[in-house]
Amino acid sequence: MKSLFVFVLTAFFLAAPAANAALNVLTCEPEWAALTQELAGDLAQVSSATTALQDPHRIQARPSLLAKARRADLLICTGAELEMGWLPLLQREAGNARIQPGQPGYFEAARFARIIERPTALDRAQGDVHASGNPHLHLDPRNIARVADGLTKRLADLDPVNGARYAQRNTDFQSRWTAAMARWEQQGARLRGAPVVVHHRNLSYLADWLGLQVIGELEPRPGMEPTAGHLAELLETLKATPARMVLRTAYESPKASEWLASRATIPALELPYTVGGSPGAKDLFGLFDDTLSRLQQSAP
Amino acid sequence: MFHRLLLAAGLAVALASPARAASPDEIAALRAEFESKFQSLQADYEARLKALESRVQTAEIKADNAQQDAAANAGPPPVSSSAFNPDISLILQGAYIDRAGGERPISGFLPADEHAHGERGFTLDHTEVVISANVDPYSRALVNLALADDEVEVEEAWFQTLRLGHGLTVKGGRFRSGIGYQNERHPHAWDFADNSLMYSALFGEALKQDGLQLRWLAPTELFLELGAEVAKGQFFPGSDGGADKNGAGAWAAFAHVGGDVGVAHSWRAGLSYLRASPREREGFLDDINDFEALTAFSGRSSAWLADFVWKWAPDGNPRQRNFIFAAEYFDRDEDGDLLCRDDSAAGGACLGLTDRYASAQSGGYAQAIYQFMPRWRTGLRYDRLDGGSVDFGTNGAFFEAVDFDPSRWSLMTDYSPSEFSRFRLQFARDKSFEGDPDNQVILQYILSIGAHGAHKF
Repeated sequence: MKSLFVFVLTAFFLAAPAANAALNVLTCEPEWAALTQELAGDLAQVSSATTALQDPHRIQARPSLLAKARRADLLICTGAELEMGWLPLLQREAGNARIQPGQPGYFEAARFARIIERPTALDRAQGDVHASGNPHLHLDPRNIARVADGLTKRLADLDPVNGARYAQRNTDFQSRWTAAMARWEQQGARLRGAPVVVHHRNLSYLADWLGLQVIGELEPRPGMEPTAGHLAELLETLKATPARMVLRTAYESPKASEWLASRATIPALELPYTVGGSPGAKDLFGLFDDTLSRLQQSAP
Repeated sequence: MFHRLLLAAGLAVALASPARAASPDEIAALRAEFESKFQSLQADYEARLKALESRVQTAEIKADNAQQDAAANAGPPPVSSSAFNPDISLILQGAYIDRAGGERPISGFLPADEHAHGERGFTLDHTEVVISANVDPYSRALVNLALADDEVEVEEAWFQTLRLGHGLTVKGGRFRSGIGYQNERHPHAWDFADNSLMYSALFGEALKQDGLQLRWLAPTELFLELGAEVAKGQFFPGSDGGADKNGAGAWAAFAHVGGDVGVAHSWRAGLSYLRASPREREGFLDDINDFEALTAFSGRSSAWLADFVWKWAPDGNPRQRNFIFAAEYFDRDEDGDLLCRDDSAAGGACLGLTDRYASAQSGGYAQAIYQFMPRWRTGLRYDRLDGGSVDFGTNGAFFEAVDFDPSRWSLMTDYSPSEFSRFRLQFARDKSFEGDPDNQVILQYILSIGAHGAHKF
């Protein structure tokens, strides 16, 4: 018993809080960590609960995440049920009143974004459908701009002393972002109408923005692993209506897309999906720069 | 009369005076002044009108945008108050079981269940109903009912605070104790079709508490959680008799630490203590005549539990492949009096004596689960209990001393078509019942319908 006490005390003092930044921010996904970095700079200490190599649907409320959520002033997540399998547990078990739903310390990006693919019927026979629409909203850069405005206000609410600095950083970000978007849209113009096959519906916003035409999905139903039968069917479809490429994200297994691509003799392309998903995707600008350049290279 | 005249004259003078003052120059000046004022007023109004127009225009654009946004964001309209209904989920779990019949208690251990009669053949096991929702901004409530033929068991019924802050959470009602690792997990979340021998011997299925739990999460980089529980203590190793009092019949305390090693590994370790004070806790034991004797234990029961779990997934993404190792160990001491009811008339050996009973027993399990490809997992578990020392006092004359360490190997493979369904095949070599090892086969399904909450780490 005595040794346990000593152990607990030691652990307590060894693990003293690290930084003196104004706001301690935990984000569910790397894209929101990157956005917070743009808007807050040194005013916030930011960490992300997941990496670009992890499926944001299937994360566990690990002890390390609980410890982070316990200390967070602001929790930024996508919402729209993306993190349904682990976020509620994180919020409930962390003993942190600030980050509860409805509190200023919990920010849901989906509330500020344009949401597409709202299901008209809900049935698990349709796979893992999200009742409030497709949650992979950050791959439409116009959504990033919308969320940035919302997040700037929230940061100022939580840290009013630095409110003007957040607003100024946002203005700066928005002007750089608008310019970059014009560049990306120009780069992507040639892709408009290009038929593609995707692994999961996590590229819908990218397709919607660039005007790509999604003609097939590797998953038989959203969230279910690709099956041999479904892939064979897809291959048949591609013979009648050929696609330009097969797209997947960094966190998805390359097996299915490579199988299909090699048989349909079209390129299989891995996109970074989010910040950190490729060496080029170091920040939000890099994410879209890299995505666009990969798409351009594969569809000359 | 005079007065009237004077007044009229005065009035006339007064009325006439402006006319007298208004020279043509003055009129021109006045007109000029008026015109300039009017012009400035006009200009002012025009400017204001323009500003208003532009404001209306921007407002229209904004409204337009808002409308578009609203159209894009418009969810299904709230149809009725049913949107406030709690989350409901149903878990169906059934099995086909092939194993030896009859009573097969864990040898050398006082049974946690009155009878240790395992079902076999086709079985529905029990169906779980889980209902949960936030009560208000301050708390959340959950009810878990286990449905079986002729009975509904309240597995859990608790509230949990949401806004205490400072890392504190209070749970109250009936809940699964936070001790150990597996204790909080319901059977549908187990990695094997049946319970570990350790939990069977310690609690039957799992320790339920009717009482209060306080948890505190430290504000540290390392995950450190401390918890304490006070409870009625009517469930094994407590008893109804021990719980019939003011105050607490059982208490528990636990500490958990955990963290990540790199991005691919995460772990949690825990140490827990449980203390219960059963009174006249009934249990059947085979006596020297091979007769099932009814015993009643009164005293104190205390147990230490240590647990460790380690999880691995490439890049921390468990979707394709992942590995989980879990191990737990316990050490339990019971000290008090044991009554063996007089059953000599029916052929038993006991004569209704009450004497000292003391036991020091331990055990544990270790298991490894590997998901080698999406949907498919396989797992191996080893259970072992140490019969330790058991002192029956004078009642020892009626019971054979057991020198036996129950053990079991289990091997399972499961297939999950989706997150909501799982089918499992399990083989076990069971040596928990002295003198009669058994080979067991279980084919099990677990289906979850409705809202399904997240599972703990």
